[in-house]
Amino acid sequence: MLLSYIVKRLLQMIPLLLCISVIIFVVIQLPPGDYLTTYIRQKESAGTQVGADEIAALKARYGLDKPVYLQYVDWIWGIISRGDFGNSFQWDMPVAVKIQERLPMTLAVSFMTLIFVWLVSIPIGIYSATHQYSVGDYIVSGIGFLGMSVPGFLLAIFVIYEVYNHTGIAISGMFSYEYQMAPWSWGKVMDMLPRFAVLVLVIGIANTAGMIRTFRAMMLDELGKQYVTTARAKGVGEKRLLFKYPVRMAIIPQISTLAGTFAGLVSGETIVSKVFNMETCGPMMYTALITQDMYLAGSFLLITAVMVCAGSLLSDILLSLIDPRIRFGKVVE
Amino acid sequence: MAETRKNDVLLEVKDLKVHFQMNEGLLKAVDGVDLTVREGRTLGIVGESGCGKSVTNQALIGIVPHPGVVTGQILLHKKRGVALEKPIDIVKLPRNGKEIRSIRGGDIGMIFQEPMKAFSPVHTIANQLCEGIMLHVEPNKKKAWDIALHALEQVGVNNPRQRMNEYPHQLSGGMRQRAMIAMALSCNPAILIADEPTTALDVTMQAQVLKLMNDLKREFNSAVIFITHDLGVIAEMSDDVAVMYLGRVVEYTDVDTLFHNPKHPYTIALLQSIPSVTRKAKSELEVIEGTVPYPMNMKPGCGFYSRCKKRVDGLCNVQDVPLVDIGNGHKVRCMLDEARRP
Repeated sequence: MLLSYIVKRLLQMIPLLLCISVIIFVVIQLPPGDYLTTYIRQKESAGTQVGADEIAALKARYGLDKPVYLQYVDWIWGIISRGDFGNSFQWDMPVAVKIQERLPMTLAVSFMTLIFVWLVSIPIGIYSATHQYSVGDYIVSGIGFLGMSVPGFLLAIFVIYEVYNHTGIAISGMFSYEYQMAPWSWGKVMDMLPRFAVLVLVIGIANTAGMIRTFRAMMLDELGKQYVTTARAKGVGEKRLLFKYPVRMAIIPQISTLAGTFAGLVSGETIVSKVFNMETCGPMMYTALITQDMYLAGSFLLITAVMVCAGSLLSDILLSLIDPRIRFGKVVE
Repeated sequence: MAETRKNDVLLEVKDLKVHFQMNEGLLKAVDGVDLTVREGRTLGIVGESGCGKSVTNQALIGIVPHPGVVTGQILLHKKRGVALEKPIDIVKLPRNGKEIRSIRGGDIGMIFQEPMKAFSPVHTIANQLCEGIMLHVEPNKKKAWDIALHALEQVGVNNPRQRMNEYPHQLSGGMRQRAMIAMALSCNPAILIADEPTTALDVTMQAQVLKLMNDLKREFNSAVIFITHDLGVIAEMSDDVAVMYLGRVVEYTDVDTLFHNPKHPYTIALLQSIPSVTRKAKSELEVIEGTVPYPMNMKPGCGFYSRCKKRVDGLCNVQDVPLVDIGNGHKVRCMLDEARRP
């Protein structure tokens, strides 16, 4: 039952992703000009005259002389047949290579942030809800509002300043200078960890604050429900009752937002990463969009779309396991 | 009410008060309630919404929500069928302590108003039934499962074996209420509190469930506290009746006396407002004017004063009216009645 459902969903994803890829390609083509326009303007402003035959040669090299639909077909066929995402104009390298450089670290940061957010906000949310209007609840709520309203990049700048003031280390990039090009070693990992942690913390704080608020509200909603009283009237202890019924119920809506969360895994938190000068996907995608590096940008968007589909499939599977009222495609009340 | 055999008393409620300190003032949800629950008898508690029926019943098992403050005494005289030398005062027990938790479900079972909402939607019937059984009767999971199955059979759930593994949303409303009753009964509590158990059901279902409860009461000789706003149900179910108004018992007697010789103007008005087949055509149904006042910052005097047709200025609104025994255990809280006595 579950297996056939998953297979069905995966098959449905194929036409969906094809449609999305068309839209992505069209949207990227929408702004006037292309990468070459930018490139030639740069050259000209530097004083170099670019001749008509040179432009034609460049166009042919990048495949920009073909009609748009042929460019799309080439691109998508490359992806399907050989996993070739095309070439990045800006880096003059295959897109796949550039993405491979950044994707593992980005996913590591994103997943760690996700885990950090859940691990911190769920217990605090539970505490806050079960001790509603207590001093602790007010303190947590206060910090929560603060965390929610302080923008991530500001916090990042503040952290960089403070760390530099106290330790003399300037956090810029995932590694310090001497390890930048070095192969992986114990020293490199140890060098990375504090920077990694700072990045996770700064990105995580705003999300944590937000999630504490929603989880608290969900818990309060569930705690007031009749089935909690029923369990209490049966003589079930408070702690057991809390985790068996309301916590489980309050997690359900959080799981249903996984699709959205997954979308942010690849290119979320661009600004913070940029402030920290971290080598993650966010800043790279941003530059690609600015310079109309269409294959790189398109590939990032396509990966994001795949992540959204995967996230929604995962959340549907988890929901069907955790909530018996949801059974593959329909909700029974 | 006539005979007062002391040894069949299971639960005694003395001067129970539940007050909520709110920002707007002190809310007296329950304000001095006395009740006696006896083996094999059903005590009906009747009253309009907001009269304190449900809060009274929450107090009985110590689950009054924050910031409610409970005072008075709730004396439990028997535990697990064994008479106690010194009764347990439920009011004094720590709120989430072991002792009160063993009473909840174990000695006092509870059937709730809305079977749709009273079950957790994400756990199976078996899971929710066994939970209580494993706490109070049989820690072994396998044996608890058998007890739960037996309880479902007893309350007449069809296909009990299959139902055990189903989720609440897969059961009809009537079935769910039966499962709810099975859940309360499965631990053999001496006292069963039913808080409007049939309000959410249609009339035929209601009749079946009421019959079931009466049968089970007879079979187990348990005491039942039946809370409702429906006097028809009271007539069918109860041995004794307490009529509540604004957090107080205004009349307390056996069911026959209540229907044939009511004394309190509120009880009389309630009885007159029941539609009847023998009523003359075209005669209008009596209504009680106004609504229940909000039980906050109340003036002294009779709570029913503002809506009472027989009110006497200077007598009823001067001081709080005591509950007085007018003979044979028939208690009434009314100045006029007291004045009539020699």
